[in-house]
Amino acid sequence: MSQSQTLPLKRHQDENPRDDDSSDIKPSRLKISLPSEDSDKKILIKRVKDVGICVPIVYGTIAFFLGRKASESQSHKWTVYVRGASNEDLSAVVKRVVFQLHPSFNNPTRVVESPPFEISECGWGEFEIAITLFFHSDACEKQLDLYHHLKLYPEDESGPQNTKRPVVIESYNEVVFPEPSEAFLARVQNHPAVVVPRLPDGLNLPSPVPVEPMNDKERGDTKDHPLNHWFLNFSEADELLKLAAARQQVQAHIVKLGRQLTLMEGLPQSKQPSG
Amino acid sequence: MDAKDILGLHKNSFPSSLDNKKSRPPKESQRKPDGISREVYALTGGMPPLMPSIDASQLKKKPPTHEKVTWQWLPFTNSARKDDLHLYHWVSHNVRVVNGVLPTGDYSFAKYNKSVDIIKYTDEEYEKYLTDPMWTKEETNELFDLCERFDLRFVVIADRFPSSRTVEELKDRYYSVLRAILLARAASSGDIATHPIIKEPYNVSQEMERKRALSMVLSQTRQQEKRDEEVLIEAKRIAELRMASKVTEQSQLAVASNADAELTERAVPGETVSPSNVQLPQMVVPSADNASTLASLRMLRVYLRTYALEQMVQASNATAGVRTIKRVEQTLQDLGVNLKPRVPTKAVCAEHLELRREILTWLNLQKQVQYKEAEGSSFRDGSYGETPGTPKDRTFIPDSLNFGGERVGKKDQKRKGHGAPPTAAHKRPRKQKASDL
Repeated sequence: MSQSQTLPLKRHQDENPRDDDSSDIKPSRLKISLPSEDSDKKILIKRVKDVGICVPIVYGTIAFFLGRKASESQSHKWTVYVRGASNEDLSAVVKRVVFQLHPSFNNPTRVVESPPFEISECGWGEFEIAITLFFHSDACEKQLDLYHHLKLYPEDESGPQNTKRPVVIESYNEVVFPEPSEAFLARVQNHPAVVVPRLPDGLNLPSPVPVEPMNDKERGDTKDHPLNHWFLNFSEADELLKLAAARQQVQAHIVKLGRQLTLMEGLPQSKQPSG
Repeated sequence: MDAKDILGLHKNSFPSSLDNKKSRPPKESQRKPDGISREVYALTGGMPPLMPSIDASQLKKKPPTHEKVTWQWLPFTNSARKDDLHLYHWVSHNVRVVNGVLPTGDYSFAKYNKSVDIIKYTDEEYEKYLTDPMWTKEETNELFDLCERFDLRFVVIADRFPSSRTVEELKDRYYSVLRAILLARAASSGDIATHPIIKEPYNVSQEMERKRALSMVLSQTRQQEKRDEEVLIEAKRIAELRMASKVTEQSQLAVASNADAELTERAVPGETVSPSNVQLPQMVVPSADNASTLASLRMLRVYLRTYALEQMVQASNATAGVRTIKRVEQTLQDLGVNLKPRVPTKAVCAEHLELRREILTWLNLQKQVQYKEAEGSSFRDGSYGETPGTPKDRTFIPDSLNFGGERVGKKDQKRKGHGAPPTAAHKRPRKQKASDL
């Protein structure tokens, strides 16, 4: 598509007109692209290259055995949720979350428009829950799908279940925006839920425009969530340590074998007794 | 052979067929080269061909003998010539010859004298149809004369043309004249409508443009070629992405492309945006190139870190076989590392990827060592290029030890890998051995 066909009908906060050889915005960092979906309004979005931002999230389920209150069809009470990895408010990035439950539930498609993004239900069966994240329009028009298997019964089946100890399964992941729009970046660059790398010098971001405000609830973080003492801790330090140790081991092996190979090449006539 | 000894060259480093045939009949039985030397046999890959290429039995036969062939010195004429030149040549007696005159007809090569029929216009016709401000009558006549002489080989004509005109100009003039004449002479327009020049007249500007484009393509630097290839690969990948997401979701798809801004940096022609960022592992074609995986990830508006890691792992696994991949995973487990990181942050994923690559390197080295060991135990002369001469101070096990102990194989007796002193050492132990036995 040649640029001459696209007309800027709406401009984002930026003073500078869309210009191919714009002077104060370095062309190497910015890229102009057309969004999808609505072909009627052709909005030009300025994106920032080489500044990938990510949002660490944790999603999963916590399931309590109901004990005396349990019935055939409702033996457990469980909650499925998506939270910020450090319990920060995700609503700055996530507009809504849709949980797709087992069809045996009433209205299996549960839409949550505001934080905390969770659904609580009672049931007896384990099944896969599809979690779809929808982002604010300046972040991303596309949705993101996650899948989580609801676990009600603990691994060790020793004795009856304890109503006090829930079965907690959580997964850590990071939502990556490789080339955020200027507006989005401006809005979230200082937000605790978003990991933003060091911005390059001379990057002029427009002044942030707040998105639709949250309804009634003032805070969307999960730091005081009733279930938060069951939340698992995800520290990259442990994993990094283990990986570093493993790499060292492997590197040592590589060095040893490399030496062995050169030795073998040097002496083809003498058979190494140990090999 | 003694000279080689003195020089310290390995005796069999340049295998000669004589030596080898004498000294290794037992080895040859493994190979079975019947009738051709071992080296020639090795050229075929050491295996007998599936089918005989030539019928060997036919080779021994003698060609069928005829009676004597007689030849005659006879005159001939060439219809391709305009003069009446009579030449002579030998004619074999197989051809029936009567009275020394060939009845078979024309000189056999006369049929190759082809030429183009160039149109000839009269002065009248010129005045009426063919005048042109850019061309004088003399020039046009000259052009047509050259066309006749050189059978419309315009490159030659352009070279010979008195005033400097380009090939395209000459072609243009010739074809427009031809066209005009044909149109003028035709009884009705329908007669000549099928003539190629009437159907498709010569288009000078198009031709010039085409040739210019061709020369541009030809003179592209390698860098430009590479960039063009990258662009094409990206375009193909986008098309595939688009096809795959069309299969999974049927919503509007828009392709945005911004040629100007992007040509200045990486040549990414466009982006596919679909409402659902499908994260199914089988959706994207795993690319063998890490860089292109990164590029395709960058084109997604949003993705999960685990997805990115999966793609990168697939890319690095692309060159490895299934067994190798299993071994990598087993190694990871042995090292106490999760196959999928529990906390997939950017740093953790990077480390994980690097670890996987290092394990691959390690496994490759293991394979190489095993291979070398296997080769060493069934080692044959000549496979290794021995560096002759200077007795370096390598970890050299003195030969006496070698021979005193186990027999390491025939090769050791013959090996003379070093300079004079060790050669002497070689000789002594060997003599001892003979006497010992």
